[in-house]
Amino acid sequence: MAAADELTTMTAAEMAAAVAAGEVSAVELTRAHLDRIELTDVKVRAFLHVGAEPALAAARSVDERRAAGRPLGPLAGVPLALKDVFTTTDMPTTCGSKILAGWQPPYDATLTRRLRDAGVVILGKTNMDEFAMGSSTENSAFGPSRNPWDLNLVPGGSSGGSAAAVAAYQAPLAIGTDTGGSIRQPGAVCGIVGVKPTYGGSSRFGLVAFASSLDTPGPLTRTVLDAALLHEAISGHDPNDSTSLDAPVPPVVAAARNPDVAGLRVGVVAELSGDGYAPGVLTRFNETVELLETLGAKVTEVSCPHFTYALPAYYLIAPSECSSNLARFDAMRYGLRIGDDGVASAEEVMSLTRATGFGAEVKRRIMLGTYALSSGYYDAYYGKAQQVRTLIIRDFEAAFEQVDVLVSPTTPTTAFPIGERADDPMAMYLADLCTIPSDLAGNAAISVPCGLAPENGLPVGFQVMAPVLADDRLYRVAGAVEAALDARRGASFLAQARGLAGLDETAEAGR
Amino acid sequence: MTVTVPYDLAVARYEPVIGLETHVELGTLTKMFCGSPVTFGAEPNSAVCPVCLGLPGSLPVINKTAIEYTIRIGLALNCSIATWCRFARKNYFYPDMPKNFQISQYDEPLCTDGFLNIEVDGQEFTIGIERVHLEEDTGKSQHVGTTGRIHGADYSLVDYNRAGIPLVEIVTRPVPGTGALAPAVAKAYVSELRDLLRSLAVSDVRMEQGSLRCDVNTSIAPAGSGEWGTRTETKNVNSLRSVERAVRSEIERQAGVLDEGGRVIQETRHFHEETGKTTSGRSKEEAQDYRYFPEPDLVPVAPSREWVQEIRAALPELPAARRVRLQAEWGLSDLDMTALRNVDALDLVAETVAAGAAPDQARNWWLTELSRHANDTGAELADLAITAEDVAAVIALVAAGQLNNKLARQVVDGVLAGEGSPAEVVAARGLAVVTDTSVLSAAVDDAIAANPDIAAKIADGKVAAAGALVGAVMKATKGQADAASVRQLILERCAANLAAAWSPAGGTSRPLTTLRRILSDLSAVCRRTYVFPQSKRDLPAVESAKVAQFFTERYPDFGVPRRCRSPTVVTSGCKTQRRGRSPLE
Repeated sequence: MAAADELTTMTAAEMAAAVAAGEVSAVELTRAHLDRIELTDVKVRAFLHVGAEPALAAARSVDERRAAGRPLGPLAGVPLALKDVFTTTDMPTTCGSKILAGWQPPYDATLTRRLRDAGVVILGKTNMDEFAMGSSTENSAFGPSRNPWDLNLVPGGSSGGSAAAVAAYQAPLAIGTDTGGSIRQPGAVCGIVGVKPTYGGSSRFGLVAFASSLDTPGPLTRTVLDAALLHEAISGHDPNDSTSLDAPVPPVVAAARNPDVAGLRVGVVAELSGDGYAPGVLTRFNETVELLETLGAKVTEVSCPHFTYALPAYYLIAPSECSSNLARFDAMRYGLRIGDDGVASAEEVMSLTRATGFGAEVKRRIMLGTYALSSGYYDAYYGKAQQVRTLIIRDFEAAFEQVDVLVSPTTPTTAFPIGERADDPMAMYLADLCTIPSDLAGNAAISVPCGLAPENGLPVGFQVMAPVLADDRLYRVAGAVEAALDARRGASFLAQARGLAGLDETAEAGR
Repeated sequence: MTVTVPYDLAVARYEPVIGLETHVELGTLTKMFCGSPVTFGAEPNSAVCPVCLGLPGSLPVINKTAIEYTIRIGLALNCSIATWCRFARKNYFYPDMPKNFQISQYDEPLCTDGFLNIEVDGQEFTIGIERVHLEEDTGKSQHVGTTGRIHGADYSLVDYNRAGIPLVEIVTRPVPGTGALAPAVAKAYVSELRDLLRSLAVSDVRMEQGSLRCDVNTSIAPAGSGEWGTRTETKNVNSLRSVERAVRSEIERQAGVLDEGGRVIQETRHFHEETGKTTSGRSKEEAQDYRYFPEPDLVPVAPSREWVQEIRAALPELPAARRVRLQAEWGLSDLDMTALRNVDALDLVAETVAAGAAPDQARNWWLTELSRHANDTGAELADLAITAEDVAAVIALVAAGQLNNKLARQVVDGVLAGEGSPAEVVAARGLAVVTDTSVLSAAVDDAIAANPDIAAKIADGKVAAAGALVGAVMKATKGQADAASVRQLILERCAANLAAAWSPAGGTSRPLTTLRRILSDLSAVCRRTYVFPQSKRDLPAVESAKVAQFFTERYPDFGVPRRCRSPTVVTSGCKTQRRGRSPLE
């Protein structure tokens, strides 16, 4: 690794401290990451757009602020990779779709604004499955991102670009969005921390909607503490988002700094285990549960009988909302326009544009949702799915009367090869089996690395689920797991990633 | 093409059922779900933001004032107010819909189950209100090309200024049992609703600007069958008169279809102002599936009962009650009140009266002069460039004798032409009546001197001949004198001359008879009693000087042109000369 790697391998907390102490300037830090991106992204392809100029400008303003003796936030000067689903006035926003290629939003998302206000340096916009629909980034119109652990593998999705950027040391922080697992699943398969905060915990204003009642922005980081710092920076009520919660932000940073599970009641979800789970995933998961027990947690098995129906319910609700949310991409006001020859009607132009501009998975979900909402089918599909959603919420409520947190594997398998599931939507959908229940119920969940699967040496994610607005509990548990495993290993989790070493080599990496 | 059936025949054989859906743009400061201003006539696409343009990532936030206005409407229409309701998405593609779905309400409207009482030809009807719900308006398409319609347009422009303006939809229950009055009932309902909305101060309810828009449902079934026919929905009905005509024309058309053994198709129809006819739009039988579902970007609306109670307590006096009160206060006839409502002048008269004018005068101005002007220019009364305050000022000037009716009309013309306030027009055009008594007296004297034959006729008892002298004085003063005052002056001068010339020795009683006529005429004009000796016996047999003295003693003002001494003298019983001037001046 090059010299600048000393700067890129620090944690976000360390970087912020170094900037605050004047040990490194925000500009140097930003340059180091921009260099790292330039060096490695040819292979990883995490970014759709790198905004070197705006990033350096943001870094300079942090340095000036420090020079002027003005107070700096806890993440000031720290670089971040932003999922290309948030609007930014200084960079395009494409959502991984041809239909929005080159679209330059005239306004900043609330989350973008909060990051800027916190002095966080936005390096660029990361790749994603088109409109966040997918679990591998293979549905991006601009080609898949690669898993830094092994470039032949998917980085997960839909926030795969964000996860890959963090795992490849291109940025210590990234923002993803979780609708069915799109933060936690890529976090798990890239061996980093991914958090889906309580729904409404941070604003969706400026987040291009996939499924409004599910979409939740959250952090992707290399450490639990970094996740908590970013979680806090993006949280809080936004009057521009009616669904954002007007409640105090849970004390996530404090929990991450003092992880302690002594006496904590931990429930293992019986339904999220068994057939279809890779043996190595179950091995590491079970070991981690035992680890928690040794740390003083009280572990029991808990049944959530309706979780079995979460996946089908999700694949009715999310497509229904998306069929309506994506209707606005019609070539009339912005984005791609196809077939406007002066003769074709507006309707024909809309139709041609959507046929050309949307990828197969997006079209599949729009059609699914249109069907599910149709007159005569609504009750049987969308209506029934909402009832299932209520039952899942009740399962969580009942479970959280017995335990403080629930745990499961984050995803049934480790990272899979690019192309393996591309033509099998059902197989792809199964990647979100364990993460979907928390999206449907709107509660908080985290994925934290818990080891490598013995059969392939790839990272396994451990999922912790907490009640609505009890996000701090996630950090208590994940922080404890991280601390114990790091201590046992004597190194950070990513130090085990073989593929990382070759990323900056000019030779084509591969197996 | 089906032959339409003449209206009288149609309603003799068929029983109509009507229903109305009325859309009202609320007059909130900002739009339904964002902070863009609610405007009319602004530069296209200048009152927009990421939210009402439906830009990716934008989210709606409910305008609380719009909710309050809707509850206000619901309460005024005797509706129940939901304790909990949601917005829904109505999905369909159209270029003037920024998101290709409209945020509306579907199965959970804010207000339900009310009614509105209306009156047609002395007959009361209760119109059931099914629901009042809130939604967002769409943008406006402009199709550029020879046809002006979407078909055959060269290109289309879209203005999103209107997109997102809060729109309330008020839906009636079907209204049966109106018989031949169906068109009039439809019109009366919209008219009453418009008055109600205006009194609630929730909208400017301008049909011609589209802030109040009506869809009219009509069906007919054979009289006595007890059944309801298939309904059509007529859109583009944008005036009260059109509401009436649209129902009428649909009844005539549907009767023609049924008479031929045909079947009325459930469809949307478009009303054409020019022809008064409807034409077929898209058929509802192949209706669009709007795929309604609860709007996931918004939280439910749950107005607290305390808030609803506050809104109810703050409701203003509603139009029906107000009309009863005003009619009593103004002492106007039913006919007057109907006429005022028909030209939409009730508020204007009320404002004019509030500004100090007498109700009958206010009524006169708005119903005659100003209505004529509005008709001529094709404007609404309220849109004329004259305010109620202006009208009241003109009326006051007339009452004060500073303007006569002719001059007052000129002043009003000046105000309407934008020349300023009545006072400014009076000053600029030099329109004040001649009140300088010396000028008037001189003109009167000149007229008498110049027309000795007429003066002789008057002296001979032909009092009516004074009209010719009035004409002469008016001509001399270029019309800027008050004709009644001039006439009075002439008669007084003639009487004084007669009295001065009277001599008991003259031996004739004719001057006395003439005097008596003049004075009785004056009494009629001034509504002031001039007492004059009824017989020779009462008259002291004295010389002319003494007769003159009698006049001056008995009638101190008589024949002496000067200002009155005290207002009490002037106002006593003399209505046309209220202020500042003696009837005998």
